[in-house]
Order: sequence, then structure tokens, then C-alpha cells
Amino acid sequence: MNSTILLFLIQDGITNGAIYALLGLALVLVFAVTRVILIPQGEFVTYGALTYASLASGQMPGTAKLAVAMGAVAFALDLFAARRAFHARKIARAFVVNIVLPSIVLALTIWAAGHRAPIPLAIVLSLIIVAMIGLYLYRLAFQPLAHTSVLVLLIASVGCHLAMQGLGLLFFGAEGQRGPTVADAALTAGPLRFTGQSLAVYGITIAFIVALWLFFGLTLYGKALRATAVNRLGARLVGIRTTLSGQIAFLLASVIGALSGILIVPITTLYYDTGFLIGLKGFIAAIIGGLVSYPLTAIAALMVGIVEAFSSFYASNYKEVIVFTLLIPVLLLRSLAAPATVEEEKD
Amino acid sequence: MRERWPVFLFAVVMAVIPFIPGMPPFWIVLLDNIGLSALVAMGLVLLTGVGGLTSFGQAAFCGFGAYTTAVLTTAYGVSPWLALPASLVVSGVAAVLLGLVTVRLSGHYLPLGTIAWGLGLFYLFSKLEFLGRNDGISAIPPLSIGSLKMIDPGTIYYAIWIAVLVSALLTMNLLDSRTGRAIRALRRGHVAAEAFGVQTPRTKLLVFIYAAVLAGLSGWLYAHFQRAANPTPFGALAGIEYLFVAVVGGAGYVWGGVLGAAIVVVLKEVLQSYLPMLLHGEGQLETIVFGILLVILLQFAPAGVWPWLVSRLPFKPARKQSDTSIALPPRERPTGTPNVLLEIDKARKQFGGVIAVNDVSFDVQAREIVALIGPNGAGKSTTFNLITGVLRVTGGSLAVLGKKIHNAAPQEIVRLGVSRTFQHVKLVPDMTVLENVAIGAHQRGAAGALSSMFRFDRADEAKLLAEAARQIERVGLADQIDQTAGSLSLGQQRIVEIARALCADPMLLLLDEPAAGLRHLEKQRLAALLRQLRDGGMSVLLVEHDMGFVMDLADRVVVLDFGTKIAEGTPEAIKTNPEVIKAYLGAVT
Repeated sequence: MNSTILLFLIQDGITNGAIYALLGLALVLVFAVTRVILIPQGEFVTYGALTYASLASGQMPGTAKLAVAMGAVAFALDLFAARRAFHARKIARAFVVNIVLPSIVLALTIWAAGHRAPIPLAIVLSLIIVAMIGLYLYRLAFQPLAHTSVLVLLIASVGCHLAMQGLGLLFFGAEGQRGPTVADAALTAGPLRFTGQSLAVYGITIAFIVALWLFFGLTLYGKALRATAVNRLGARLVGIRTTLSGQIAFLLASVIGALSGILIVPITTLYYDTGFLIGLKGFIAAIIGGLVSYPLTAIAALMVGIVEAFSSFYASNYKEVIVFTLLIPVLLLRSLAAPATVEEEKD
Repeated sequence: MRERWPVFLFAVVMAVIPFIPGMPPFWIVLLDNIGLSALVAMGLVLLTGVGGLTSFGQAAFCGFGAYTTAVLTTAYGVSPWLALPASLVVSGVAAVLLGLVTVRLSGHYLPLGTIAWGLGLFYLFSKLEFLGRNDGISAIPPLSIGSLKMIDPGTIYYAIWIAVLVSALLTMNLLDSRTGRAIRALRRGHVAAEAFGVQTPRTKLLVFIYAAVLAGLSGWLYAHFQRAANPTPFGALAGIEYLFVAVVGGAGYVWGGVLGAAIVVVLKEVLQSYLPMLLHGEGQLETIVFGILLVILLQFAPAGVWPWLVSRLPFKPARKQSDTSIALPPRERPTGTPNVLLEIDKARKQFGGVIAVNDVSFDVQAREIVALIGPNGAGKSTTFNLITGVLRVTGGSLAVLGKKIHNAAPQEIVRLGVSRTFQHVKLVPDMTVLENVAIGAHQRGAAGALSSMFRFDRADEAKLLAEAARQIERVGLADQIDQTAGSLSLGQQRIVEIARALCADPMLLLLDEPAAGLRHLEKQRLAALLRQLRDGGMSVLLVEHDMGFVMDLADRVVVLDFGTKIAEGTPEAIKTNPEVIKAYLGAVT
């Protein structure tokens, strides 16, 4: 092999790895806070990407309507939950979040789709739509199950994945789509050519990691999330509403997912079901990071990206086999390094 | 076998179904699919619901079973019946290899690890030349007995459901045995189980193999039912689907697996055939509705449908009384018992920079009650953990009956005659008091998994249960023997732990705060029991905060403070020892 191919493969791997890193971070975040292994993370990616691509090509994305529908059900559930103790302010707040907000976004989306919205507006709208879906998803599916075991949460998570993937097919059809690039500029360094898009991927990934780090280190909400992740009961005792923590975690995860989707849809064609496999690779990074460590997850994601790039070059048939079995030696090392500690399942 | 009559009733009903006139053949196909799915789910019940080891990879084991028979019967012309053992062995061997890697993983690594190799194997199945890549292998011969070829769904129906029923019976037998109790204890962490001699890694591997072999059996049947094998039904999504079959039905119950299979298969069928007609929709409408229904179902019955149904039954299954006259042989006690039972010499335990136990030395003599006291954080429970092998010493040595126990495993310590209770109660809350206590006698039984499945363990099992019942009576909980441990008060649970420890037939009993949570009269009864045990030849080492209880009961008291022994002596001497008073009440300045 020559060094050009080597460099090219590494570059390709890092671009993909950066996306996996973002997704891995989101998975770690959601798991730590809510104990949900977020299989629908992949759907956030495809929803974000395809909503953006649809808007950019002047089509009406069905996701905006889905957000309105989910918001309405969430509001109905809130009303039902408040039937004994009626607080006007709480209801008003729920009405704004669950009914008013998605309706405004829907109106904007209809307008934007009719007028071939400029790219920044399309990006912002896609992010908001997917963020709302993430938020309502927590309210509808996971908040009522918050007290159950990881296994039940996981199965519910798979249920959400199935439903959302099916809806994806309904909204976007079976054909793949590509979106317009965010930045057209390109940069040449030696044999390598950096497109504006791949630079945007690097930049946004780094910015996000720094932003998350600042959020968790400096803000009160960030600290509340960390507290919930360490000990849910303890967090509740000091007045942190674990529901709020769960909502924030899902909100962040859906925004991260949508953003990843928007970043890659100009590079590769995305189908309604592509997100699952992309999400899984983020997942592998998250597992290598032990579902707790953010920096380790980011590094592992880069590794996964690079391994994938190399194996698709040398043994493209076995690409997925190699990527997924990569995990086993890692897990083995982990379990040898840290002998099983006492873990009790709490009820 | 009297308690198994509902199973036989079910078997009769299933046998009659194909003969019902006007039975649509399509329903029989559905029942075939339910049976295939139930087999895998049953393995998952044991693995995940009972053993607490979540696996997404079961579909891959079906794949091993199906591909093994597919290759053997098509490429080598082997009879399907001869291929059956090969299918089971291949699945089992794959489980051993994957299990050795995966079962060691604790907590959430385990399910994630299974996803990883589940996906890896799926891609491998679809890439290997001799497995026909994505097209798979077709023209697999049907099962046949003599001239009867099981081609139509109505005949293979019997092969499938006989497999389901036999597996269900074997699984129920296994769960209701010495090995079964060890499996059921896995989910609550391994410390308590290991303290009574359960080899937890081996037990985990056992259930892993068991589940894989059931999946392999399902794969073998599938291959001869479909007469073809391709990678799709053995992929990650199928693996996940088996898991929800188990969870929906009730992951903790053998029949939950069967019920879950019925619910999921029928639900999918109904959605697939009626939804498009109703809504004229296109695409995967049924997937959407299926996903949503799954989430709603879980919100209503998080423990699964089977336990929800059983709790609505008008009658409760009765347990047959155990015969307390059969006895286990008592432990061989050394003749001319040496006076020193336990000797701790400069035991030391450091956690990083913290010295939890600092060169502590003391001993426990035969027929003696020694109390280990000290303020919170003095290192008492750590000392217990050092003695019982839960923690390794950093320095110093411990000896039982003059024999050095150099960082022996907990399973070996209990074999030497030292058994214990825990400061934080470690019982299996959904097992009865009797079953919990019987775990204490684990190392005194010998029946293995195979003999339990075929019920050759009944003599051994009766002895274990009789011993457990006797110890429960001894500690005064005979009335609660059939209640679940989780339903007792905390004080009673501590007493159950004592009964469990006694079941190991110990020479030295270690009790960690046995009187906490007991009422006055219960404490008096406990003290009387401990005195009676001592007079019967047992020694007791206890940690306790109730000074009245300790000073009344103990022959000797050892006081720890910040990991260091500060005093040792008779209760009278300790009560007036200035060092001890200082440690408890602070220095008088």
C-alpha cells in the first residue's frame, strides 16, 4: 500500500469516526441518566438527515406532523396525570410545550417547504423537529417505565425503534436521499483534499464535545444530570426532578442525532433504515467506553471509524464482521482488567 | 409428578388441536411458528429472566443449529435425525466459546457483548461460501419416520410441540432443584451464592449453554420445517425479537416464554393481515403498530403477561410437605477438636491509601461466642469479608483449624466449616424461605444439572429440603416457610439468613449484625438460640451494635477502632476499659 491510500483511509475513517463519536456520546449520556439503551438513536439520525434533505428540496417532511401528533398525546397524558391535582400553571406550561410549540414549527415547516427554505433555516427547523420528537418520545414511552428494569426499558426502546423506523418509511419512502452540502469550500494539503463538509464534521464534533464538557462541568442542569446518573434516589432527595433530567438527556440525544444526520447526508445517501447501522457503530464506541466515559467513547469511535475504513478497503465483504467482532477482544480485555465487581440488581 | 398435571392437560389439548374439524391449516402453521419461537424464548427465560444474563444473540444459536443440519443433510446426505445431535453439539460448543468470553462480563457489558457477536455471526453466515452466502441453503430434506415424511405443517407440528413440551418439563425440573436454586440466585449478585459454595462462573456458563442448545434445537426444527436456511431469521433483529417474546410473556417464567411466543406471533400475524386492509396503508404499518403496542403492553404489565394471569387464578398450587426425617450426613468433625478454630494473625487490608484493617490479630476458640464491636467504619465487616474470602488480605494470615487459608475462594471457606450472614440482607426475594435456606446446603448436595432435569436428583433433593426445613424450624420461622423471602420483615429476613448459614453445617458461624431490626423478644430468642448452638459445639463470631445484647451473650469481646484492635477481653473488662469508652464516647478533656 502506498502512503496516499493510507492517509486517505485514515481521513475517511476519522470523518466517519467523528460521527460515531457524537452518537456514542449521546448514547452514553442517555444511558447514564435514564438507564435506557437508546436504540432509536439511529432514527434521530435519519429523521434529522431526511427532514433536512426534504426541506432543502422543497418537500414537506412528515416528521413535523409526527411531532404535532406526539405532542398532542403527551398533552393528553399530562392532563390525565393532573386530573387529581390541577395546577393551572403546570397545564399552561404543558400546553405551550406540547401543543403551541409543535404547531408553530409545523406552520413554519409548511411555509419553508413551499418556499425552498434557505439552508440555515432548513437545518434549524430539522433540529427543532427532531428535538421535539425526542422530548415527546421520553414523555410517552419511557417516563411511565422509569422505575422498571434495564431489560424492560431496552425492550421498550426496541419497540420505539420499530415504530419510528416504520414511520420513517412512511414519511420518506424507500428511496435514499442526499442533502445539499453545508459548506462548499475545499482545502488541499499534500495528497489530501479536505472538503468543507468534512471540515464541518470535525469542527462541529469538537465543538459539541467541548460544549458538553462545559455543560456538565459548569451549569446547574449539567450537574443535575450528572447527579442523576450517579444516584437517582440521591438526586431526588436533594430536589432534582429525575423526569426533568430524562427530558434533557433525550433532548440532547435527539439534537446530537439529528445534527449527525445533517452532517453526513451530503456525503452519503441515507435511506429510512440507514440510521440503525450508524447508530450501532456509535453504540460500539459507547460500549468500548464502558457506557460511562465520554473521552474514551470519542477515542473508541475514531478507532471504529478507522477500522471500518481499512476493512472496507481490504475485505469489504467482511467489513461488518470485522467491525462488530472488534468488540469481543475489547470486552475481554475489559473483563480481565476489572474482574466482575459486585453488582446487585435493584428493584 | 402429581404437581405437573396442568402440563399434561396442556399436552392433551395441543395433541387434539389438529384433529378439530374445520381447523384452518394456516392456524397450524402459526402454532408451528409459536412452538419454534417458544423454544428459544424458554432458553432466554432461564438465561435472562431467571439467571439475569441478558442475551441478544440467541438467534445466532438458532443459526448454528439450522446451518449445521442444512450442511450435513444436503452436502453429506446425513439423516436429519443423525444431524440433530450434531446441531445441538455445534450450538453448545459455540456457546462454550462465546460464553467463556461473554459470561465473565458483568452488568451491562453482557447484553452489549451479545449484540456484538450476534451481529458479527449474522454477517459471517451471510458471507461464507459453504453456507450459501445471502441465499442460504435450500432443498433440505424433511424429517421422516419410516415412510412418514413430515412435510406438511400438520405433521411437523407434533415434532415441534413434543420438543416444546419436553423442553418445558426439563426446564421446570431443572429450576426446581439444587442447580436451579443456584441459577435463580445469580440475579441477586454472586457474593451470597458463592458464600455457600455455588461456582457462579460455571453456573452462568451452564445456563448459557442450556439456552443455546434450546435455540439450536429450534434452529434444527426450523431448517426441516422451512426446508431452507438463510441468514435473515438469525440476525440481530431476530435476536431482539426473541428477547421481547420472553419479556412480554414474563421473563421469569417457563410458560411465560410459550405465552409470549403466542402473543407476539399472533399479534404480528393479525397486524400483517388485517392492518393493510383496514387502513389501505402502504409500507410497514404493521411494524409501527407492533412497536407502539409493545411499549403500551410493557407499561401495563412490566413483569410480563404470564404472572399477571397466574395472579388471577382462583387456586394456588400447593407445595408438598417435605419429610424432615431424612437427614444429610453431618460434616466430618476432626476428632479431638483443636481448641483454636479460627486464628487471625496480623490481617491487613488496604484500599488504596485507606487501611481498613490494620494488622488485626485475634482468635476464636471452640464452643465460644466472640463479639467483634467498634464504632461505624471500624473495619468489622471488612474483617468478615477477609475471613470468608470475599476480599483478599493485603498482608498477614488467617487459619481455620490450624490450616492456613491463603486467599482461598469463598466456596472453599464454607467447605472448611465457616458460614456467614450479611450486614445487608442478601436473599433472593422472589424465592420462598425454604428455597433460600436450601441454598445454604448447596455444597452438601451433589446432584448436577442433567440428573436434575431427568429427576434422578429426588433423593438428594429431599435431603437438602429436609435439612432446610429443619433449620427453619430451629430458628422459629416454620410458619413462614412457604412465603417469599421478600415479603418478610427485615428482622425476619436476618433470621432466614441465619437459618441459611446453619444449613451449611458450620463449625464457626459468622453473624454480621444479626440483631438489627429485631424486637426485644426476638432478640432474646436469638440469644437463646446462639447459646444453644454454642452448647451444641458451634462457635460464633458476631458483629453487633446492640451493646446490651452483646455484653449479655458474648464470652469474649474484641474491639476495633479505625481498623486497629484496641481491646480484647471479657464483657466486664471491656465495659470499663478506658480506651473503649474513649473510642465510643470521645475523650474526656
